[in-house]
Amino acid sequence: MNVISTHIGQPVSRIDGVAKVTGQAKYAAEPHPPGMLYGVIVNSPIARGRIETIHDTGAREVPGVVEVMTHHNRPHTALFEKSYMDGLGVPGAPYRPLHDGEIHFNGQPVAVVLAETFEAAREAAMLVRVDYERWPHNADFEAALHQKYMPSKTRSNYVPPKPRGDAAAAYALSAVKIESRYHLAPEHHNPMEMHATTVIVEDDGTFTVWDKTQGPQAVQAYLASALSLSKDQVRVRNPYVGGAFGSGLRTVYNVFIATLAVKMLKRPVRVTLTRPQMFTHAFRPEATMDIALGASRDRALQSMIVEGVTDTSRFEHNMENIVIWGLINYKCPNAKADYKIAPRDTYTSSDMRAPGAATGVNLLEMAIDEMAYACTMDPLAFRLHNYSDSDAMHDMPLTSKALRDAMAQGAQHFGWHDRSMAPGSMRDGRELIGWGMATGIWDAMFSPTSARARLGQDGRLHIATAASDIGTGTYTILAQTAAEAFGMPLERIDIELGDSTLPECPTEGGSWTAASAGAAVWLACHSLRKKLIDMLVKSKNTPSWVKQDAVTLEGGALHGMTENGRVSLSLPDALSLAGHDMLEAEETAKPGLRGKISQMRKARFTHSAVFCEVRVDPELDTVRVTRLVNAVAAGRIMNPKTAASQIRGAMVMATGMALHEESLMDERVGRFMNHNFAEYHIPTHADVPDMDVLFVNEHDDEVSPLGVKGVGEIGMCGTAAAIANAIFHATGRRYHNLPITPGART
Amino acid sequence: MTHASVTVPCRLQINGQGYAADLPACVTLLDLLRERLDLTGTKKGCDHGQCGACTVLVDGKRVKSCLVLAVSIPDAAVTTIEGISQDGRLHPMQQAFIDADAFQCGYCTPGQIMSAIALLEEGHIHSHAEIREFMSGNLCRCGAYNGIIDAIERVVAQQHSNQAGAAA
Repeated sequence: MNVISTHIGQPVSRIDGVAKVTGQAKYAAEPHPPGMLYGVIVNSPIARGRIETIHDTGAREVPGVVEVMTHHNRPHTALFEKSYMDGLGVPGAPYRPLHDGEIHFNGQPVAVVLAETFEAAREAAMLVRVDYERWPHNADFEAALHQKYMPSKTRSNYVPPKPRGDAAAAYALSAVKIESRYHLAPEHHNPMEMHATTVIVEDDGTFTVWDKTQGPQAVQAYLASALSLSKDQVRVRNPYVGGAFGSGLRTVYNVFIATLAVKMLKRPVRVTLTRPQMFTHAFRPEATMDIALGASRDRALQSMIVEGVTDTSRFEHNMENIVIWGLINYKCPNAKADYKIAPRDTYTSSDMRAPGAATGVNLLEMAIDEMAYACTMDPLAFRLHNYSDSDAMHDMPLTSKALRDAMAQGAQHFGWHDRSMAPGSMRDGRELIGWGMATGIWDAMFSPTSARARLGQDGRLHIATAASDIGTGTYTILAQTAAEAFGMPLERIDIELGDSTLPECPTEGGSWTAASAGAAVWLACHSLRKKLIDMLVKSKNTPSWVKQDAVTLEGGALHGMTENGRVSLSLPDALSLAGHDMLEAEETAKPGLRGKISQMRKARFTHSAVFCEVRVDPELDTVRVTRLVNAVAAGRIMNPKTAASQIRGAMVMATGMALHEESLMDERVGRFMNHNFAEYHIPTHADVPDMDVLFVNEHDDEVSPLGVKGVGEIGMCGTAAAIANAIFHATGRRYHNLPITPGART
Repeated sequence: MTHASVTVPCRLQINGQGYAADLPACVTLLDLLRERLDLTGTKKGCDHGQCGACTVLVDGKRVKSCLVLAVSIPDAAVTTIEGISQDGRLHPMQQAFIDADAFQCGYCTPGQIMSAIALLEEGHIHSHAEIREFMSGNLCRCGAYNGIIDAIERVVAQQHSNQAGAAA
């Protein structure tokens, strides 16, 4: 599609801004239906075993308590395990909340107290006593590594690494070699809004489920299937989502339990997780990567061997693409990789922002930096020296890769060329200064998505799709797209998202929403425009200048020419002439035949080059990130303002990955023990410097209909490595474990 | 007698309106606002005083409303995000947050705005670093920190130019 841009590409402020700054935006835990009960969940303090007895007498005596629901007294749910699959495609036996007395992980819900007030439910939940038969468990990652395996059925999005050449032989012959084990700690998403569900019972007996999710249609399908309800009985809404970063990709147990309680009590119910309970479900897996790199005397990579392991639960086989990125992104004639998963008795690890690449790209880019130094070559120059213009793993051309431009522009902006090579050679007073860089890569995906455009008598254009805006700016960029496609002022466009009843849209994630929902809105608007003019042409009262190819749509009116000059017809008048109060069109954007052929023949990725400055106090051993520059090549940028915020936000999270964030396992009980913001450290205002984001010009008509690649994840990929590499440059010390906390540095 | 059933008289001014009721003593100011008064603009992000999402003004000072029992501040004046726009016009800090793209998901935003308004009153605005330090009780997982500091500095600059205008 050829898009001329009056709206697309403009730095428009968020159209949902007023709702958010005034507190009027309603999140999952905020509707308040009359007669609503509060549910507070009781979790297992053991990792493995069986419930012997649940003592709920004390809880039931608390005034206001209506019910204590457990696996003993819950209503009927689906019989078969497969009914609990949630659409993300993780093979295995999905966890079924309150299904039976078996405990699979620490933090597993064992009961929910339902009461007239939150305070009564909370107090009573503390009075529920449970006797357990304890079974042995293993929650130690190191021990789990001994049981690593490759599941017979892999996750649907798993990309098996493809070897080339003879990596082992080439490594043996390489003049320069490095080899190490790299490690990433598990992390929790910790969106500011805790997972919550409010279920409203409508007059017709159907349920409207407000849930914190990234996919309202996925939750609707799951609830219908798992609770044996018809799909018409459940509507899921999530118009505002207080962050998710992947924690809302799978259904979280609160939505199942809240809806189950409604099925039992026929009253509205709200269940909100506590912050500690946010550490009882999805998390980014712990990972090790053994990386061996070999180069020739002319500093060309000759061999790359990557072996990665991530953890999963004992009941599901979660997998990530962590080992492939170097094989794709670097020209290296001999390469191989191996990937396995290691089971432990925890909940199943899950996708967190840039799943796979956040781990794999950052750890690999730390190794690449180390190799550049082993070759005594500037790290940027080393990457350019080993640059691949194709997907080197699949030996496939790319739809575009403006990474060279990103490296050049990022370096220029940062002032990289003033860097001195030797570690510890740059100082400011007593502070050591380190400059590090890394590159990033992430998929550029496009998934079939539908959208509806509706023109009303009030002259407003209403756009609807079941997408979720989790802070990504989706409301805003879809309004810009509609404005562009329909020649409509932005303020006359309404966007409706976050409702399972709207046209079909895949779960938000993977940076595909902008490309996919954007294309759907574009098509729906064009279809509506054609429909309107067709109807006008057929109506006998329509002025003769209205013809399909002779009119323009601009400023919310049709314009044309007659012998007397330029004439216009307002959209409400046009609707009346066409004999309609309202006109709508729905379209689905999906790769057509050409798109499918292109997907088979060409690979598609977003790229970035990240530059970082740290300052290290050698006496206090403190590390401060003082500058970050990220140059991103992501095709068409729909809105540079919200897109830059996406990149900055991911860089903040990556700063956490590099320096702060780690979920610490108490192996004895199998529980992440630092389950709060005082002990699980996410970056604060004081940790974050001014960050500059550059978008490199990258025209790519092939990657998606609007030339969009998406920007949600790429900021994670490379940034943590750039920080680690800067710490090396400041101190001369290599750290192979993220995060690099003060404890790890001593 | 259990905690949730012991009630104590509670009397407050909330966004200029009187509020009086007998409340269980364990009800936090945050839960009073959100669950009993439908003032859901004030957010719950941790319920432990660790994230700042629940920041409101009590007698003009910023407090974490999850750490305050509603009955413990008799006759206090509480200002929430719903109480800072006047006559339908956004508070300058609200407008600045929109202009500077100082939020993404919007969940920490009311707390950030209330904290920022108090920050200006406190005068902790002499440098970039000071603003950052004194805003660090308000976490933002979307990482909109740059935008938030930008928004605050915009309002500081507006105030300076207003004062300069008034002086001239």
